[in-house]
Amino acid sequence: MPAVIKRVIFFASLILIWHGIFLLGIWPESMIPSPFTVAETLYAGFADMTLVYDIIASFRHLLIGLAISLVIGTLLGVLLAKVKTADETLGTMILALQSVPSIVWVPLAIIWFGFTEASIIFVVIIGGTFVMTMNMRIGIKNVAPIYLKAARTMGSTGMDLFLKVVVPASIPHAVTGVRLAWAFSWRALMAGEMLSTGPGLGYTLSYASDFNNMSLVIGIIIIIGVIGSIVDQLVFQRIENRVLKRWGMEEAA
Amino acid sequence: MYLDIDNTSKSFQRKDEQRLQALENINLSIEEGEFVSLLGPSGCGKSTLLSTIAGLSQPSSGSVSLENELITEPGPDKSMVFQEPALFPWMSVKENVTFPLRKNLSKKKQEQAAADYLKMVHLSQFSENYPHELSGGMQQRVAIARALAMDSGLLLMDEPFGALDEQTRQVLQDEVEKIWLDTKKTIVFVTHSIREAIKLSDRVIIMSARPGTIISDFKVNLERPRQQQGMAALEEDVMAILKTEIENVMEEELQYAGSH
Repeated sequence: MPAVIKRVIFFASLILIWHGIFLLGIWPESMIPSPFTVAETLYAGFADMTLVYDIIASFRHLLIGLAISLVIGTLLGVLLAKVKTADETLGTMILALQSVPSIVWVPLAIIWFGFTEASIIFVVIIGGTFVMTMNMRIGIKNVAPIYLKAARTMGSTGMDLFLKVVVPASIPHAVTGVRLAWAFSWRALMAGEMLSTGPGLGYTLSYASDFNNMSLVIGIIIIIGVIGSIVDQLVFQRIENRVLKRWGMEEAA
Repeated sequence: MYLDIDNTSKSFQRKDEQRLQALENINLSIEEGEFVSLLGPSGCGKSTLLSTIAGLSQPSSGSVSLENELITEPGPDKSMVFQEPALFPWMSVKENVTFPLRKNLSKKKQEQAAADYLKMVHLSQFSENYPHELSGGMQQRVAIARALAMDSGLLLMDEPFGALDEQTRQVLQDEVEKIWLDTKKTIVFVTHSIREAIKLSDRVIIMSARPGTIISDFKVNLERPRQQQGMAALEEDVMAILKTEIENVMEEELQYAGSH
């Protein structure tokens, strides 16, 4: 059976079980709404464009933050890979920072930037930067020595060697870094938006919770999950697979 | 002489505090246009010697010079083919071949050179392909074309066919022999295959391990292309020299293993 059909059956049964639990009426509708109510809420949200504006706002925060984090992460990664002292000092700190959950940065951002979009973008940048840094660092450090030897016998040295060989050779790790940075930023974005004053998916989620609108809460959780996995699978995994194949790190499918 | 290796030694510091004498007092002179093989068991320092000639590693003492110029760093005056093709996977076949030419030749001349050398290794149709789309033997041909495109007088080959199957290996041996006859480059060829060394070279240098020294240096005066029957007697001689050598190495290994 093709995976697609298995998935359809799985999700259909999940919705049926959910609806069954709703019909049993053990919990009030304000806690367990019917899947059809959630669908209606989502439909209404898209019909009056409120959810569309939220998604656009969220993507704006994400893209600005992610772009900045990729630039900073790439530069920091190159620095750590090339300068041993930086790796031994700053590298340790970045490793520690990487283990700090992004939501921790929200209170700090609010004090620095207030309830503004800058706060959200700041949290998104923090979310993506460190994982990009570490991947870029590994990518540059792990360039196969044979490439460097071969390039040197062909008269490539210094900046030419770095730009024409080291950087392209580290692309597979960089691509993984971008994919992980996206995933981390997406999580950080929701944390940042939930404590913001809108617009954005995270804001609407916490707003819905404040007004006990359970069907909207569930609806937005679904949107967040769907967007997250669609972007990951349709965009990043495809790019990653293509790069790995081209770089000869994976057998051609 | 064209290439002079003068009293060259190389030692490495090992983790267990012992120093490994990879090369000891190597003296070797190679004439321009000569096809020389460095033959020996693994660990005899033949690859180390080649990498010293390439300028990729520096001797601990002694010197290596090419046309009376001391070799201190790698460069396009001595092209190298490694055991792995070492092609850049993000570049097409053509871009790989023109990589060493970027700075010195016009776009048009680069294209021409790539076309010429890819034709020489019978890969003209594949110039737009990427390395991962080619077989191991084809990739190694591209590596040879890339080394030839540099048009250096000296071509260094470090077990270039070591990772290939027997048939591909024979085809490529014939191609390299033909290229050498056509271009008259000086080739220093590292191999552990006796037959390969005898088939291709004017002169075979046999090396021994621990410390890496030259134990035999002889000319191969057989007519090209060389036939199996003509090579057999010579092969046996070399085998006899290497047999004691290999036994010594094995014994040493056992002693080493016993004492640890």
